[in-house]
Amino acid sequence: MSTTNPQSDARPDDGPQRARLRRLRPAQGTPAAAARSRRLSKARRRVANVAGLMAALVLTGALYSTIAPAQAEEAEAAGGEAYEAGREIYENSCITCHGENLEGVETRGPSLIGVGGAAVYFQVHTGRMPLVRQAEQGPDKPVVFSEEEIDQLVTYVQANGGGPAVPGGDLREGDLALGGELFRLNCASCHNFVGEGGALSSGKYAPDLHDADDLEIYTAMLSGPENMPVFGDNQLTPEEKRSIINYIQTIKEMPDPGGAGIGRIGPVGEGVVIWVVGISALMFGIFWMGTKA
Amino acid sequence: MARTATAPGAPTTRAGKMALEVDDRLIVAGPLRRTLNKVFPDHWSFLLGEIAMYAFIVLLLSGTYLTFFFDPSLREVTYEGSYDALRGVQMSAAYDSALDLSFDVRGGLFMRQVHHWAALLFVAAIVVHLLRIFFTGAFRRPRETNWLIGVGLLVLALLEGFSGYSLPDDLLSGTGLRIMSAIILAIPVVGTWVHWAVFGGDYVGELILGRLYIAHVLLIPAILLGLIALHLLILVKQKHTQFPGPGRTEHNVVGNRLFPTFAGKAGGLFFIVFGVIAALAGLVQINPIWLWGPYNPAQVSAASQPDWYIMFLDGSTRLFPAWDINLPGNYQIPALFWPTVVLPGIIFTLLALYPMIERKLTGDTASHHLLQRPRDVPVRTSLGAMALTFYIVLLLSGGNDVIADKFMISLNAMTWAGRIGMIILPPIVYVLTYRICLGLQKHDREVLEHGIETGVIRRLPHGEFIEVHQPLGPVDEHGHGQLAYGGAPVPKRMNQIGGARRAIRGFFTPIESPAAVELEQRREEHGLANAESRELTTSGRPSEGGRPSEGGRPSEGGKPQEPRD
Repeated sequence: MSTTNPQSDARPDDGPQRARLRRLRPAQGTPAAAARSRRLSKARRRVANVAGLMAALVLTGALYSTIAPAQAEEAEAAGGEAYEAGREIYENSCITCHGENLEGVETRGPSLIGVGGAAVYFQVHTGRMPLVRQAEQGPDKPVVFSEEEIDQLVTYVQANGGGPAVPGGDLREGDLALGGELFRLNCASCHNFVGEGGALSSGKYAPDLHDADDLEIYTAMLSGPENMPVFGDNQLTPEEKRSIINYIQTIKEMPDPGGAGIGRIGPVGEGVVIWVVGISALMFGIFWMGTKA
Repeated sequence: MARTATAPGAPTTRAGKMALEVDDRLIVAGPLRRTLNKVFPDHWSFLLGEIAMYAFIVLLLSGTYLTFFFDPSLREVTYEGSYDALRGVQMSAAYDSALDLSFDVRGGLFMRQVHHWAALLFVAAIVVHLLRIFFTGAFRRPRETNWLIGVGLLVLALLEGFSGYSLPDDLLSGTGLRIMSAIILAIPVVGTWVHWAVFGGDYVGELILGRLYIAHVLLIPAILLGLIALHLLILVKQKHTQFPGPGRTEHNVVGNRLFPTFAGKAGGLFFIVFGVIAALAGLVQINPIWLWGPYNPAQVSAASQPDWYIMFLDGSTRLFPAWDINLPGNYQIPALFWPTVVLPGIIFTLLALYPMIERKLTGDTASHHLLQRPRDVPVRTSLGAMALTFYIVLLLSGGNDVIADKFMISLNAMTWAGRIGMIILPPIVYVLTYRICLGLQKHDREVLEHGIETGVIRRLPHGEFIEVHQPLGPVDEHGHGQLAYGGAPVPKRMNQIGGARRAIRGFFTPIESPAAVELEQRREEHGLANAESRELTTSGRPSEGGRPSEGGRPSEGGKPQEPRD
């Protein structure tokens, strides 16, 4: 039985490799630099320096002009009422594991800088956060905060480092059949054909989607909680995401034309029914016939 | 033309005359009379095989309806039917027609569900029937041939079921077919060639569904039908086995004649079976292919399982470690080969050869027409329980991801529980079953020797308390019973020998009033006198050349005997 934890595996491998690179670079680099300096005259070096400086300045200016408005917005939010309320909730309920400045606490919780409001919305709105205890996986449970408090928390975390934001609008605006194809391609391998959920390794699981609302599914795809991969807008466009949500919710609400759905999990449930109901009923029937002998 | 039948008793009615005309030409009266007079034992367990047969009839009828609408082709089409969530999706004509059957053909979904439930029931009934035959020793000489045919029927039923499961070309059945293709490829040396022969090229190709279809609707059903007919012919020829009991010997069959009693019962049972299948089909959804989606090799779902009868092989595959054997020269025996080809090969070979194996080990080559109670043959019963345990562990492991998910157990824990359970549970069950059999045997002997516990405690003059026992028959000078065990159930409660008022008749509701029964019984004599006048255990009489093996005989003083096999 091999359970691979990418984090624990990655660290010991990375360390020595990086050290080797550091050792190699000066050994090869020094003679090359010396040769180059011999070839270049002082004048040419000065011109190059000035040009480099100018290029760096232009680049910095350009970058500032694109980033500045975003910062201004964040600063605005930072002073806002929602932000302050969010911070209060954060400092009451989240700070123990995620740290004073959302930087995370080792062995307790990850950093929240840059995770975005989408992750906060999913985790808090499904009741997964605040976590009861450290386990394989945080189960969904009755939600602790009100919608308003969740919005305030979202604002607070979004303002600290940005990241995928909570989307708005009609999240079911998409093609049903396309959503089905995409669901079977991207989601069914863990969540089952119709979102009944399934087991993963070592006590982890893909939850069923019975209680998931549109926004929870969308933010889950954006943030990739627990073992779920992130489906960023480059993997699944917002329209494709909306199609998937449309499919999930339509299928969930659809009645079963064939009768009782028996969990919609296929042959396992059917096997239980044929033995427990079918064979039992017939045994009852033949006992009855036996008493009529 | 010689009128041979104008003798006395010549028919006078129109129907009688017509029947005579038919018999004159076909000579059916004699054989028909013999057949109608055939006697069937009336024990309920003899109806298990019939359940399978009636399920098969339902399968033939419902399957025929489905063939009118199903198109087993892998041609690509675009769905334009009435199910919204798939409209415009590219799919095979097979899946398209299966969807049409479900949504656009009148009664199609019901018939699909009848067919599928009947298939699950068919195999389940075969398995229960097989267990009855096994545990009662009905396979012993001279019935080994029918046992072999039965095992053949079981294997064919599995193949028939799998081919049907693969036909709709939905995501579930396509996944199953992909696994079957991998299993075929895993066979050493010939795997690739066999795969080429079956699929006509690489997976999935365009031929496989057409081939599976012909196998499913023509080849396998024809063989099944032929074998079932042979199974029944041999049964009629060899006559039924029966449980030992009053008046039952190795040389007779006690029960009801085929006509009219048994025909009535069998007809009733057919309608019960059909009713149960129809109720399931109408009330419980099975294999909702529209939810699974069309097959696409790039897609797979969590909880993809075969139907229950193949699930034990899925389980063995899940439990078997990933032990690929790499041979020199770039050859490999994949781990898949052992749990999916070798294991079922061993299981079914042992199953088929069991009558011969038992005959060899016990040296019992005599013909047997009386059945054995499982407790009287502890080794066989324990072996059966052991095999069943092994099978059930595999079966549960086939759905271990669903169990893990629904009961919040780690999937890895499920796998290891299966691996360990598969090895250590069967021996434990063997020992337990053996002890239970011996315990039951001892209790039978004890009741025969000391009588039934009455529950009446008597205090003797010197203070000792004893429980009063009711002897079942005459006693010797020590008060010990002299009845021998005859292989039949021993009464163990007073009201089984008339010590109490008999049970009120009626299966669902009482059909007689308790007061009337009391009056009726007052008129009869009851108690000990009544019990003695009844014949309780009379079978296996040595004077009639009863079974040679088990049970205490009167000559041995009715003492419990160690089991000899």
